[in-house]
Amino acid sequence: MAADIPENLQRRRFLTAATTVVGGVIAGLTVVPFVRSMEPSVAAQAAGAPIDVDVSKLEPGQLITVMWRSRPVWVLHRSEAQLKTLKDPKLIETLKDPDSKEPQQFGPPVVNWHRSLKPELFVAVAICTHLGCIPTYRPQIAPPDLGPSWVGGFFCPCHGSRYDLAARVIDGSPAPLNIPVPPYHYRSETVIRVGSLKGGKDQNWQPAIW
Amino acid sequence: MSSKLAALRDWIDARFPLTEMWNEHLAKYYAPKNFNFWYFFGSLALLVLVNQIVTGIFLAMNYTPTPHGAFASVEYIMRDVKWGWLIRYMHAVGASAFFAIIYLHMFRGLMYGSHKKPRELIWIIGVAIYILLMAEAFMGYLLPWGQMSFWGATVITSLIGAIPYVGGPLEVWLRGDFAITGATLNRFFAWHVVLIPLLLLALVVVHILALHQVGSNNPDGVEIKKHKDKNGVPLDGVPFHPYYTVKDLFGVGVFLAIFCAIIFFRPDFWGWFLEHDNFVRANPLQTPPEIRPLWYFLPFYEILRSVPNKLMGVISMAVAILILFFMPWIDRHHVKSHRYRGLMYRLALIGFAATFIVLGYFGAQAPTPYHADIGFRFNELFFSFFLLCLVYNKPRSRGFYFGALVAAGIAIFVLDWLRVGDIPVHFMVRSWWIPAAYWAFFLLMPAFTRLGDALPVPERVTSK
Amino acid sequence: MRTLILGLLFCAIAWVPQAHASEGGGFMRHVKVDVADKAALQRGARDFANYCMGCHSLSYVRYLQLEKPLGLSQDDIKKYLIFNGVKVGDPMVSSMPAALAAKWFGKAPPDLTDEVRVRGTDWLYTYLTGFYLDKARPTGVNNVVFPNVGMPDVVENLQGAQVPEYKEITAPDGTKEKVIVGLKQVSPGSMTPEQYHHWVRDIVTFLAWTAEPNKLEREHLGVWIVLLMILFSVVAYFLKKAYWEDIH
Repeated sequence: MAADIPENLQRRRFLTAATTVVGGVIAGLTVVPFVRSMEPSVAAQAAGAPIDVDVSKLEPGQLITVMWRSRPVWVLHRSEAQLKTLKDPKLIETLKDPDSKEPQQFGPPVVNWHRSLKPELFVAVAICTHLGCIPTYRPQIAPPDLGPSWVGGFFCPCHGSRYDLAARVIDGSPAPLNIPVPPYHYRSETVIRVGSLKGGKDQNWQPAIW
Repeated sequence: MSSKLAALRDWIDARFPLTEMWNEHLAKYYAPKNFNFWYFFGSLALLVLVNQIVTGIFLAMNYTPTPHGAFASVEYIMRDVKWGWLIRYMHAVGASAFFAIIYLHMFRGLMYGSHKKPRELIWIIGVAIYILLMAEAFMGYLLPWGQMSFWGATVITSLIGAIPYVGGPLEVWLRGDFAITGATLNRFFAWHVVLIPLLLLALVVVHILALHQVGSNNPDGVEIKKHKDKNGVPLDGVPFHPYYTVKDLFGVGVFLAIFCAIIFFRPDFWGWFLEHDNFVRANPLQTPPEIRPLWYFLPFYEILRSVPNKLMGVISMAVAILILFFMPWIDRHHVKSHRYRGLMYRLALIGFAATFIVLGYFGAQAPTPYHADIGFRFNELFFSFFLLCLVYNKPRSRGFYFGALVAAGIAIFVLDWLRVGDIPVHFMVRSWWIPAAYWAFFLLMPAFTRLGDALPVPERVTSK
Repeated sequence: MRTLILGLLFCAIAWVPQAHASEGGGFMRHVKVDVADKAALQRGARDFANYCMGCHSLSYVRYLQLEKPLGLSQDDIKKYLIFNGVKVGDPMVSSMPAALAAKWFGKAPPDLTDEVRVRGTDWLYTYLTGFYLDKARPTGVNNVVFPNVGMPDVVENLQGAQVPEYKEITAPDGTKEKVIVGLKQVSPGSMTPEQYHHWVRDIVTFLAWTAEPNKLEREHLGVWIVLLMILFSVVAYFLKKAYWEDIH
């Protein structure tokens, strides 16, 4: 019997194909809720909602760290002298991406020499693009452990990545890209909202690496 | 293309018996060609098992097994996790579907004598799977940490306390505390997600291996291996694949349509699959007004509580479940299928199924003395079926039937006499006829008519 | 045919709904709620926030989850529903500390997220319209569906005060018993009975939504899923037939 060719081979083939297609659709649809259930839940999204930071009491040179989407975020008030280092040609020629060409910031408003909306106030996610450690803020000039070329910036203690005061990565570091600048905007002169643009836009923004 | 695939197959076959297994269990496993709709439930049970494991894994990703976090984490799954509600409903409805399928699967076995020689071991493994499934369901029901979870677990673990001498300490040891607490929740979680699923999967594999060793039974209860062609293929057999794989696909489709209809339109099934009171967080200081287990435990729950003595109630319930293990030796009639066993066995079997459902109905009612008495009558009927099977094993003389009837009458009287003081006598006077009529009917009919006589069993399977 | 009868029998057995634990029989009013009615949900949410949330929480619902089903923007939610300055991503928790509440009322006011699941919409509606004067109670009121309720009648100034109407019935064992068969308003509230009925119905609608926020989505999707499964069954049936033609 098994060796015989059944008379209705055509019909069997067609119906097998039809069953496979419908069954495949069902299987495909079944996978969707399971895969999507592993995405961040409403609770995680709520915890990752934009946060407001009062910057009125921030002194020049002072850095505070706030939490956003379970990650540390720097808010740094850069002094006149610190801003000046960012335009120093000697520094710029050692940078991997001095003009912020990589998508490590939320958009054109912060693609400039200071990587921020207002030059003095700098906001960035405090995560090294190498393997995710938190770099330390090192404002001192030419400290013994960082060498004579150091003009102030961020230094990652894990694998020695170096960034300038706009968190642009310096050549010779294991980190590939600049530290990401998340979406933020000024709600007033003294309050910034980290995590979204005006009108709540761009809340799901992600950089190439963080 | 096919030569490359064939090469890959050969490569694997040299290292793992892939083709061999495929042939042994599917392509060259010959199943009787006369399976009817009752034979869908085996493959459906497997499907639901997979459903429970997959949805269970995804629930465990978001569940917290602590008294503080459990209820909230289930709410979190239902509300905050994307599609979490669907996964939880699939798991909850799946549990009920599993029992519905298993009960039908077991009833199929009793109908066609699938528990009898040479398939005793398949039946015993099956009963073990069923008991594990009860444990799995019971422990899983604690996890949402609602009022019914908590008080159901309290009541059922208290049963262990009825065992003389060791009961009390054993109860505390199982709970890991003096009451149901976080310690109990944590170990039930571990058993529910690791221990019992592992045992279940292993036993399911053994169940199928044992089946494929002996070969499937069929609605006629005849052995298809008795008549083979010159190649050794049973004349009444068809290869499981493709014949039964395509047939089971149809069964799967119908099942999924019903299953999805429940999940999407009545996931709590009017309170039968997800109880209303279980949406209240467990409160050790307040017992809900009515507590009862989920529907699939109700018959056994009624057997337990209709006995007006704690220890005897626990023993009755345990015996009611464990007696299934001995079914192959209780029912030893030489004819397997009810089709050829005569009318009386068929009626007894229908009566048994009806008894089970009625017990479940009374299990859901308020515990009044009236319900306890009626429940006890059906409790008697439940056990009567097994005794009746012993009587029906072979043709008996008229004197034997009369003797059995007198014995049954004495037994009914003694059991009632033992209940005096616990149940008002006028209730018993009102209901004693239920078991008496049962025995009178099932013993006098074969004594005076030939309706109980076995019919000739055909040599080969018949088509409907 | 036998299969069909058997199937119908099973369905018939399963069809008896499990009563909600609190439906002890007796006095019960009936209400129809529609969780797709955004306006009703909005009013219900507003009234819940104003009248109930002083004591009762909806701990498992986040404010931002009201956005779509109620058709509100996050700013609306902040303006109309949040009075204690929490964020829209936070759960709807009452500001009243539970320990203090337990001291005041003898028992902490229950979380109401799943109340409709537990007791049903009819019970909740009857409860909120069922307070009556009872001098024996410390709060001065009692409730037709919740005897000796601990909650004071916070809606009395809306509904007005009521007294029960009794009827004497004879129980099967011969004892006579007084049961409540109705409620009579004895002093006017700020709302007409009609207005009050709508007010309560909106709150019940809102709580029906919080009990199962995914119900509408689930049922819309369900139609297509079940149709797909039926299609699969039909195709599989013909496939089975094509294979089995040479067997029978």
